[in-house]
Parts: sequence; C-alpha cells; structure tokens
Amino acid sequence: MARIRDIAKACKSKNAGPFEVTIDVVFDDRALFERVRKTGILCPALFARLYKVRPEDVLFTEYPAGNAFKATLPRLIASGDIGDTDVYGAQQHAPLLDIEIPV
Amino acid sequence: MQEYRLLSTSGLLGYGFPEASLDAGMAREPHMIGVDGGSTDPGPYYLGSGKCVNSRMAMKRDLRLMLRAARKQRIPMVIGSCGGAGGEPHLQTVAAIVREIAREDGLHFRLALIHAEQDKAWVKEQLRKDRVKALRNVQPLDDKTIDRATRIVGMMGPEPFQRALDEGADVVLAGRSSDPAPWAGCATRAQLPPAPAWYAGKMLECGATAALPKGHDCLLTSVDRSGVVLEAMNPIRLCTPFSVANHSLHENSSPCFHIEPGGLLDTSDCTFEAVSDRAVRVSGMRWTQQPYTVKLEGAELVGYRAITICGTRDPLLISTIDDFLVSVRENVAVKAEAFGVTPDKYKLVIRTYGANGVMSAWEPVAQTQSHELGFVVEVIAENQEMANAVLAIARVQMLHVDFPGRLCKEGNMAFPYSPSDIETAPAYRFSVFHTVAIDDPCAPFPIEYETV
Repeated sequence: MARIRDIAKACKSKNAGPFEVTIDVVFDDRALFERVRKTGILCPALFARLYKVRPEDVLFTEYPAGNAFKATLPRLIASGDIGDTDVYGAQQHAPLLDIEIPV
Repeated sequence: MQEYRLLSTSGLLGYGFPEASLDAGMAREPHMIGVDGGSTDPGPYYLGSGKCVNSRMAMKRDLRLMLRAARKQRIPMVIGSCGGAGGEPHLQTVAAIVREIAREDGLHFRLALIHAEQDKAWVKEQLRKDRVKALRNVQPLDDKTIDRATRIVGMMGPEPFQRALDEGADVVLAGRSSDPAPWAGCATRAQLPPAPAWYAGKMLECGATAALPKGHDCLLTSVDRSGVVLEAMNPIRLCTPFSVANHSLHENSSPCFHIEPGGLLDTSDCTFEAVSDRAVRVSGMRWTQQPYTVKLEGAELVGYRAITICGTRDPLLISTIDDFLVSVRENVAVKAEAFGVTPDKYKLVIRTYGANGVMSAWEPVAQTQSHELGFVVEVIAENQEMANAVLAIARVQMLHVDFPGRLCKEGNMAFPYSPSDIETAPAYRFSVFHTVAIDDPCAPFPIEYETV
C-alpha cells in the first residue's frame, strides 16, 4: 500500500472555467502510471465520494501521454460567487493525498 | 510557408519576463510576438467592474519591451483578452498604455483595436433565435439575466485577428479572445493547417508554463505542416516530452478534447519527442471543423461587501465554535433588524480558517485540531452603508457573544487591525457563461484602426 502523497509527482487542482474544478494526479513514469491504473482506485466513483458529487457529474480521463489521471467536477459555488472559498480552485486536492493505492 | 515561428513572452500581460529571454527569442527571428492578456481565473470582479487584473505599471513594462522588439524587427505584435477580462474598459486601458509608450519612445505603427463587448439587445436576439446554449454546470440564459449583467463579452476566434493583419495592422490589441486564437490566427494566416496552429496557441498562451521549471517566461514555438516544436527561451527552462504532455492538463476539463471557435482540437493521439535536451516536437494533433460558436461571458453585481478579520486562541471557544457561530448569527439578525436591516437584505458569511476556510463543504475533516482559528467575517448587502452597518454589528458579536464555559470574558477575538472593518470592492458573479452560434466569425467583433 502507498499513499498518493508518497508516490505521485503532482497532485493538484485548478479551475477549468468558473463553474468547474479540475484535479490532476500525475506520476513519474509510465510503469507506475500503469500499475496505479490497474488497481482501478482512481475512478469517477472515488472523486464522487470525496467531493460529494454524483459519479455521472465527474468527467474522468486517464491520460497516458502525461502519466496522469484527471477528474473535472462541478463546483458547489462558482468562482468568486458569494460563499466561494477558492477563487482559483487551487487548493481542493488535499482529500486525495491520503488515498491508499495497492502498488 | 514551411515553418512559422511565434514568440510568447509570458502567461499573462503584466506577469513580467526576463529581458534576456525576449532577446534570445527575437534572435530566432520570430514571425510574430504576442502575449495572452486575460483569463476568467481571477474571478468575476474584473469583468464586472471594468478593472484590469494586472497593474498598469507591470503591463507597461511588458508592453514597452515587446513593442520595441516588434517594431525593430518589423513583426506584428498581437495581444488577446486585453486587460484581463477583455471588455471595453480593459481594452482601452491597454490601448492607452500602448499609445503612451509610442509617444515616449517615438514608435510609429498601425494599431488595430478589436472590440469584444456585446450589445444586450443582440444577445437577446440570439436567445430568441435559439442560438444560445448553456455550458456545463450553468443555468439556461434568459432576458432577465442578460439585463442584470453589467457587461457581456464575446470570446473571439482567430478570424478577427487575421482580418486586422490582412488590413495592415502592425499591432493588434483585442478584447476577449479564446486564449489560443491570436496565435492560431497568425499561423493559419501563414497557410499552416489548423491542428498544429491551434496546438501551438494552446501552449503559447501560457508562456513558458509548458517547460520545467515552470515560470513566467518566453516560449518560442515553430509550426510546420505536421506539428510544432516548443522551446523555452530562458536557458534554465527545459521543455521535455513529459512537461509538454502534462501542460494539456492545465485549466482544461479534458487533456484531449479542446472545444474552440469553429472546431475541436483533439490531442488524444499526440506524440511528444525530444529534438534536443531543451526542445520538444509534438505531432499527431487533429482538428475537426464544427459549427462556429463563440463563448459569451457576463458578470452581474451581487452587492457591496465589507469584511473583518479576527482570530481566537481560546481552546474553550474552539471546542464549541460551531455553536458559537450560530449564536453570533442569531445576535446579528436581531441587532440588524433593530436598525431596519432585515435578513433578506444582506448575506453574512463567516469563514473559519483552521477548520474549513479553504474547502468549506468539501472539507472532509470534521473536527479541527488547531490551537487557533482565524475568521474572515463578511457581509454583502444592497448598498455599502448597509454592509458596513451589519458588519460592524457582526464584529461586535464575534468579540462579545457569550458561550458556555467562557473564561475570556473581556473578548473572544484578537483583531489585527484598527480600523477592523474593511470596505472591499463591490461583489460580482459570473452570470453569463454560454455559447452562441454565429455565421460570420468577425461580425460580433468590430475592428478600429488608427495610425500611432
């Protein structure tokens, strides 16, 4: 078992427009990316659970060219609207860091 | 043309770049120089208010170096989404700086201004013709939303840039544009295919962000018929196949499918190969023509805001913080109503840093372990006087509301400032985020020319 924080090269979030946040988990090399992919842990259901959205609202992409997994989620509050806490969406990645992956 | 070279100076006009990188880029004899001017990323305030996201001083510094370089080598300088949001005040601010630099430095050129602000009546007409669609996670547009918007911009594609250059412009300043559009416009105008032209634009709009280490710096991109070659102009930054592939993740909902005015850029089958230890060739991108759509962005005023910042170091208060904040809210409601401000006239937001100030409803940690908590208390109301009045009452409640087991009977909060209450700028929200189908890609974006 390894936590994402121990094996990922990047784990980051950012706006994809004002109404969505996109989260990337990037690995160093293709072999590790493939091992992580085989576990199936990184999937729409995981992001749906962590971010309390419906799985069908998670736009999930496996991106081998960048050894990366990407999930784009609807924001609960649009960037900069009343009550938004993160205008740039840059600090919404933390719940992923402790996810354990059996690699 | 066999190869067309485009130079981008940084990720945003006013972010700055090393002069040596610009010199290195110009030594490669680019066919054009540009920089992206804007983004929705800093939030709705800039579009709503007409203010620029970067300072005039910083933009002028970048513009002066770029203008001098462009005029010296007689190449076009092209900037999209001027001033951040790309509305009329933003475009005029950047145009005024460019004219000022020209006067100060004795530069002469033909300037094109491409306008992007859209007339509300025209937007309503498109709505009636059923040509407007909501983007993902956005409500359908209606006339009332259009009326409430303080400003609506259209996001132009490459065609208005091409027209301005065809009509003799040396310097093109445009309002809101699709970020890659200025670059894609220049490369396709040089008879290169849309797929590598758009791909180049997707990279150039962020300056040297596709290199490692990331930084606000200059990127040179050569476009040919089958692909692009990317190279950062600062010797400390290297484009690697990995860094370039990963840049497709940045601020995109998908790393593979990029919807642009007039088509779809598909990067699923791109290959990335190092052509040197610092340059990467990308090929295999595809462009599929689609019905021409332009994105509309609009912002509306939501009210006037006042905030105060404070913190507690009291463990007894921290242990009961949720109940305490409920008491504060109840007290504010009673006191504000007493001076005539009913709860429907304002919004009270209390952000608790150290607990869930960053993630709010997405925060998975239920119980804070922090020994201190920071608060930003915020009131938004229909006018500034009302916002200030309710905020002042909220500040007093934060300081003095009682709670079970309270020992800190002189005050619950440490306030770092006097005055503790801060009037901030008016608050806006993005209210229009839709696409409109159009027949003529240039029609919504009139061009004005002047001799400087």
